[in-house]
Amino acid sequence: MKLITAVVKPHRLDEIKEALQAFGVQGLTVTEASGYGRQRGHTEVYRGAEYTVDLVPKIRIEVLVEDDDADQLVDVVVKAARTGKIGDGKVWAVPVETAVRVRTGERGPDAL
Amino acid sequence: MNGTDTGFVLISAALVMLMTPGLALFYGGMVRSKSVLNMLMMSFISLGIVSILWVLYGHSLAFSGSGSFIGNFDLIGLKGVKPDSTMLNFAGHKISLFSFSLFQMLFAVITAALMSGALADRVKFSAWMIFIGVWVTVVYFPVAHWVWGGGWLAQLHPAVIDFAGGTAVHINAGVGALAAVLVVGKRIGFKKDPMRPHNLPLVLLGTALLWFGWFGFNAGSELGVDGTTGLMAYNTQIATAAAMIGWLIYERIRHGAFTTLGACSGAVAGLVAITPSGGNVNAFGALLIGVVAGAVCSWAVSLKYKLGFDDSLDVVGVHMVGGILGTLMVGFLAINGAGGFDQFVSQAIGAGSVIGYTFVVTYVLALVIEKTIGFRAAEDDELTGVDQSQHAETAYDFTSAAGAHMVSSAAVTPTPRTTQGSDAAAKKVEA
Repeated sequence: MKLITAVVKPHRLDEIKEALQAFGVQGLTVTEASGYGRQRGHTEVYRGAEYTVDLVPKIRIEVLVEDDDADQLVDVVVKAARTGKIGDGKVWAVPVETAVRVRTGERGPDAL
Repeated sequence: MNGTDTGFVLISAALVMLMTPGLALFYGGMVRSKSVLNMLMMSFISLGIVSILWVLYGHSLAFSGSGSFIGNFDLIGLKGVKPDSTMLNFAGHKISLFSFSLFQMLFAVITAALMSGALADRVKFSAWMIFIGVWVTVVYFPVAHWVWGGGWLAQLHPAVIDFAGGTAVHINAGVGALAAVLVVGKRIGFKKDPMRPHNLPLVLLGTALLWFGWFGFNAGSELGVDGTTGLMAYNTQIATAAAMIGWLIYERIRHGAFTTLGACSGAVAGLVAITPSGGNVNAFGALLIGVVAGAVCSWAVSLKYKLGFDDSLDVVGVHMVGGILGTLMVGFLAINGAGGFDQFVSQAIGAGSVIGYTFVVTYVLALVIEKTIGFRAAEDDELTGVDQSQHAETAYDFTSAAGAHMVSSAAVTPTPRTTQGSDAAAKKVEA
């Protein structure tokens, strides 16, 4: 199994969700996140005092998939998340040792 | 007793009352979320403390007797004042003394509250309560007497024009704030950490309440209904509008954007500047005062960074500077032949005397509080946030929708508290 994590622009969430559903993904986890990459942040002005806001709001999506699907699914997420402008985010995959469905106790790929 | 005039003064008093919670929201939105409740309370508590002091001796010190520096004790506790007691307003009509006293009481309340913005995030609430109680006694009541109670500024020739409180309220609060800030010192992280406003919609709501209430503050100061009342209300609106635009234009040129905070700040600067002047200028004068106040205050709020005093929410830059502008400009712009060099000199004496007196007395007062009980909150308390350390509360529940898992059962048991402030927050709650 693999854990695919995507940290992307918040307004791409719906597109990514739809693309994942079309692919057949059963569930996912979404958290609000903040951070920066090469685009850095932006500047805000309050009564003339300029603040650099370097942590920009992002959304973090996590999906567990079987090994064979991982590469293809990464591409699906990347395609749905892309706007072509700086700050689109990152997607990565890491191996997962085990997964358990809490209700039934099923383990491994059966738990997905 | 004139029913129309008395009724108008009572309605105006209610409008002025709304300004203090409006100010609380205006300031509260501008601080960080860890100290918003403290900011709200610093204003709101003034309604409690100053109202009581006003009826005990404030009214008497400000408006009883004909001393040039301060009133007398004849009206302590409004002794002998009955429902049918009256006084004469400017038009010579009899109005209820209770209605006048209530109206003036709420002026004292908001003047003390105005200073709180300069001390955001970092003072002990107990010390603040003592500070405003003593401050209204030794600063506000005498100065109100100078200007409105027949004191020495009213006896100048020509008398100082301060229609609704440019000197007694705004310069007074602005200078008091400056003196207190110089004693209390900067917030930890001033000029280094980002301290951006946590809720600008709250700031706009507060601005709207202030603007609304200010019609009572300004027009109500005529203490009756006549042509001047209408003029004052009208000028209040257009000067505020002009100041909002003035601030935004300066800001767009200097910083590149029309900000919400700028629009709100400009409006307040305009309200401040038209306060002393609006009853004595025509519409053109009001527009000029407004636009100048907006642009100049927009520049003045950056001075704290250059000069290095942490007037956190710009009480000095908006209220002191705006108050001085309005007070001085009416010297030349006053209609009906009043404006001119002599009037300007009186205005300058009025502004200068309040600046001098208030600065010295407030500085000494703040210093005495700092050296005895301590004005400033402990460093840990300031870093954690004065909401927690001073009030044992936080404004917002940042836990997720089903946040109940954060609350332990011990915490919902009502617990008698024997200590207060930082001590209480630091101790474990004993059920």
